[in-house]
Amino acid sequence: MALKKVKGNFERMFDKNLTDLVRGIRNNKDNEAKYISQCIEEIKQELRQDNINVKCNAVAKLTYIQMLGYDISWAGFNIIEVMSSSRFTCKRIGYLAASQCFHPDSELLMLTTNMIRKDLNSQNQYDAGVALSGLSCFISPDLSRDLANDIMTLMSSTKPYLRMKAVLMMYKVFLRYPEALKPAFPKLKEKLEDPDPGVQSAAVNVVCELARKNPKNYLPLAPVFFKLMTTSTNNWMLIKIIKLFGALTPLEPRLGKKLIEPLTNLIHSTSAMSLLYECINTVIAVLISISSGMPNHSASIQLCVQKLRILIEDSDQNLKYLGLLAMSKILKTHPKSVQAHKDLILACLDDKDESIRLRALDLLYGMVSKKNLMEIVKRLLGHMERAEGSNYRDELLYKVIEICSQSSYLYVTNFEWYLTVLVELIQLEAGSKHGRLIAEQLLDVAIRVPVVRQFAVKEMTNLLDTFSISSQSNSMYEVLYAAAWIVGEFSNELEDAEHTLNILLRPRQVPGHIQSVFVQNVVKLFTRLATTCLENEDPEGLVRLCNHVLEKLQDFNSSDDIEVQERANSACILIEMLRAQFNDGDDGNASCNHQVDFIGSDDTATESHRRISAIPTLAIEIVQEMALLFAGDLIPVAPKAQRKVPLPDGLDLDEWINPPPEDDTDESSHDEKEELFISSSAQLEEGGKRRPSDELTPEQIERQRMQRMIEQSNNPHYLKSSPSTPDVDSSHARSLSSNNSQHNADQYDNIDDIPIAELSLDIPLKVGTTKRSDQYLLQEKASSKEKKKHKKSKKSKKSKSKPTYNSTSESEDDPKPMHFVNTTLDMPEGVSLSDGDDKDGKFDSDDPHRALDIELDIPDLEEPKYRSNKKDSTEPELFEKEKKSRSTSQSTTHKKEKKKDKDKNKENEKEKHKSSHKKSKKSTATTATNNNDVNSANLLGTFLEELQAPINISNTLVHPTSNTEASTILSTLDTAQEKRKKHHKSHSHKSQSTSSTSAKELKNVQQNNDNELLESSSKTTSMKKKKDKKEKDHHHHHHKDKKKSSHHHHKSSVVAANDYEEALGISTPSKEIF
Amino acid sequence: MIKAILVFNNHGKPRLSKFYQYFNEDMQQQIIKETFQLVSKRDDNVCNFLEGGSLIGGSDYKLIYRHYATLYFVFCVDSSESELGILDLIQVFVETLDKCFENVCELDLIFHADAVHHILAELVMGGMVLQTNMSDIMARIEEQNKLVKQEAGISAAPARAVSAVKSMNIPQQIKDIKLPDLPQAIKDLKF
Repeated sequence: MALKKVKGNFERMFDKNLTDLVRGIRNNKDNEAKYISQCIEEIKQELRQDNINVKCNAVAKLTYIQMLGYDISWAGFNIIEVMSSSRFTCKRIGYLAASQCFHPDSELLMLTTNMIRKDLNSQNQYDAGVALSGLSCFISPDLSRDLANDIMTLMSSTKPYLRMKAVLMMYKVFLRYPEALKPAFPKLKEKLEDPDPGVQSAAVNVVCELARKNPKNYLPLAPVFFKLMTTSTNNWMLIKIIKLFGALTPLEPRLGKKLIEPLTNLIHSTSAMSLLYECINTVIAVLISISSGMPNHSASIQLCVQKLRILIEDSDQNLKYLGLLAMSKILKTHPKSVQAHKDLILACLDDKDESIRLRALDLLYGMVSKKNLMEIVKRLLGHMERAEGSNYRDELLYKVIEICSQSSYLYVTNFEWYLTVLVELIQLEAGSKHGRLIAEQLLDVAIRVPVVRQFAVKEMTNLLDTFSISSQSNSMYEVLYAAAWIVGEFSNELEDAEHTLNILLRPRQVPGHIQSVFVQNVVKLFTRLATTCLENEDPEGLVRLCNHVLEKLQDFNSSDDIEVQERANSACILIEMLRAQFNDGDDGNASCNHQVDFIGSDDTATESHRRISAIPTLAIEIVQEMALLFAGDLIPVAPKAQRKVPLPDGLDLDEWINPPPEDDTDESSHDEKEELFISSSAQLEEGGKRRPSDELTPEQIERQRMQRMIEQSNNPHYLKSSPSTPDVDSSHARSLSSNNSQHNADQYDNIDDIPIAELSLDIPLKVGTTKRSDQYLLQEKASSKEKKKHKKSKKSKKSKSKPTYNSTSESEDDPKPMHFVNTTLDMPEGVSLSDGDDKDGKFDSDDPHRALDIELDIPDLEEPKYRSNKKDSTEPELFEKEKKSRSTSQSTTHKKEKKKDKDKNKENEKEKHKSSHKKSKKSTATTATNNNDVNSANLLGTFLEELQAPINISNTLVHPTSNTEASTILSTLDTAQEKRKKHHKSHSHKSQSTSSTSAKELKNVQQNNDNELLESSSKTTSMKKKKDKKEKDHHHHHHKDKKKSSHHHHKSSVVAANDYEEALGISTPSKEIF
Repeated sequence: MIKAILVFNNHGKPRLSKFYQYFNEDMQQQIIKETFQLVSKRDDNVCNFLEGGSLIGGSDYKLIYRHYATLYFVFCVDSSESELGILDLIQVFVETLDKCFENVCELDLIFHADAVHHILAELVMGGMVLQTNMSDIMARIEEQNKLVKQEAGISAAPARAVSAVKSMNIPQQIKDIKLPDLPQAIKDLKF
């Protein structure tokens, strides 16, 4: 036995260790994959050994292999074995491997609960530390639930190292198990004032993360943070706190006012750029939240902008970047202060750094004016030609359009220029995804600026003529849509309409929705040409035209897009009707089938135009009727105009079209689900397309159909009168109504619906908004006279400002020789690119922490606390502790306040009770259960009411009854809490009596308090100054060092190809913050 | 929150990858690749912030990186982190490595990836910054190393000897001696 062991050890000595593995991989560069798979086989062998050291070695190797992209989850069980070793060395390797490859959904985690608990409670703090580090990477909801208590205990460990880790760990626990937040929060709050700065910093970190997602629940903590901010010198923590305040101020403007001063002091005093930058950011946030009512408001803005200018002018690109980032925030509310630094920002457009250029682009929309727009756009176009990344190009394109179109083309003085720019953007062939955007712009300009239409149709004809669809997966072909529409709609402006018509009639490979626009506009152009023929009394021309168009439309007629087919067909019939009028005269067999007719069309045409001397009256009428179809001007409609259209009388969208059948079968609930799913997925663009292949194979459909037949024949409730096999129409109708009627027909019809629903999807999706807006336009034209009136008034406003346009633009020298175009903009309200909304929407859906928003709100915290007291019998420990901590935190906060201002004690107490009563009025049951929150609310109350005491006193009349109510609800309260309540009551009575007199006192108190604050903050700042000087020296040192290292790098890359041994060159400390 | 910490060299070879949000291995490699492509094409004298990693993050996330000699240290963080603060954190990280490995170079990271992980674990835990004070970090690391040494004790001596021999780059020779057959011989001995 012993011999066997020795033998094992002896053999194992020659196993590869991690170093061997790495070396081996490096020596097998050509067939790395093969080598690694070989190693994995070896590792599998090793994992079968009993010796834990061998396993440990194997797991260490696996961790390395994992980094190279190999899945090692198959070794999960072995990893757990290594984790459970009693030796720290093995444990650490095990936890590292686990943190790299386990994830919250790993099923193996079930096995680890007790082992981790053992480690957390280990005597050795590093065992627990390693366990916490590992756990933080893979903690699952179950583990969170089971280990929450142990981690909570660690939060009050005697070892700061563990406290610190446990505090951070709690955040992960909250994320996975939100119920833990309520009981743990008091303790977390306590840790904000931990004697160890590391723990304190960790607690701040956690609260900041929590508050970032749900700031309003953490508002009561503001006083604690305010104190930390004015006393701490830990820059890292200060940054966190200041960032947190940035998130809190929008919710509580009074807080912002209080913050301005210490923040300004920090801005003046600190030399740590990171801190300075965050201060500026928060000041900006404050200034945004309190738009008015600050006396030195503009001074603060000025200060920020000045400091930011210094950042932007700095040679350090990082500071430049951040400076621009912060500027863009100011720009939103105080554009004028930023415009003063236009020179600086425009200079950044030419920066060699793409990130900086992007940030400068963001600022650009605030920088343009009528004078410099063309110049700026020219520069951007230049950038576009040179830019290589398609992302950056797209961004540029977007910005060009954004700055030109902002506030309804306020800064565009020459629309021919703008159209040319758009065409140039199209011709850049950037592979851009903004094709539709450009198309919208083209349409918008053509509709809104009548003067430019003649130019537009010329440009668009050219565009249609020359545009070739590249194979790249771009969306630029969308512009054809706009181009075709413009030449058709404004065909009167065309010089050579026939030429344009021929271009439109060219067969080409474009998506259906664009082809259909082509067809529609061919008809418009045809009508226009036909009208000219009428005017010139040129019947031969008319017939020739008819034949020509009919011939060309055949291509569209055979399109596989149903929309194109339909339109082409109607157009053909219409034109044939017209031509038939000419044919009627000579031969009576005017055929209905144009295809047959078409064969001999050339002959008939030549024959007919000899004979016909005058145009038949019916033909004239037809042409006139056709012209009427497209008569009238289109006016732009606001994107949200549809909302303002009142519902017609008697239309109830919620009403059943067909009454829902009764749920009588057992499977009905199942059916409902299925139907719900289908209808909802049918709304998704891709979901709908994918569905048939994903979910139902043809066999399945067939099988289900068979089942259904049997079911139907047996089912007495089945209505035999309704069509048993749903044909296209009925099922289509059902699919339409399925949004309303969730349990409409019986379940099986839905299966038949699937392919049909898919068919109907394609068209509306692709044509999308633009097509619909066409309809809006037509509707608008017919119905809304009111809006026109509205617009007229706008027009007059515009025309007033027009002369100024002219004078300014004439004086400037245009970069391009172009006619000047007067602009008469016809704008309904709200027509603008509403990109802001889109971005917000995107952001929301992308945010992985969205779940947090719902889960973690602390007011909820109190309510369930009382509820969960009953519910969670599994965690009695937790709640006992919680109660204790509650009472302790109460007492501590009390003490502090007393120390802080003994004189004001009375008033403050009163204030507290008032605020608590305010709360209890709203929800008596909830607040009464949680004294802790009341307490923190009090803190905030006093903290803020120092500012606004007189106002608050008037509207806080105390209701002593509310408290008693609350106390009756909760019979399980601690005695301590009850005591506290009595305390409340007595005080509240007092405060009632004295509330009228206390107002004046409070004012004085407030002043005193402010003075105190000032003093303390000035003290701390002087301290900081000294410290900062030191840091500055360090900073300089670092700069030199950086240069050295980069220099080093260049050399080495020339000399040696394999430069792994090169030192990274960071021997001297260069920290700014730490 | 820090979402990921990546270290790779000038050729995009990963030297350390730590994801604080789960991605499967393929995705991890893609992220490393994409990040490398984004970062490597930037000059050394441009700013250290980068937006637009499409695979990792989103609009709220930024890549903050530093380039030291042959290595890129990239942190992917969300907006709750201070940009300059993270830059300093990277500096602290690298300085700590420098202290632990005595004039650190890429080879150290290659052969001691596990040690680098352990060092990182003292700076960042679960995506949150744990400790930024370098002397504290060093103290923690040294204490743990001491613990490991204690545990290894005398029993690790032969293993160390073997690894020393291996490091002399003659492992092949040793294997050629066919030592593994020896135990078989012992087994065959009948006693």
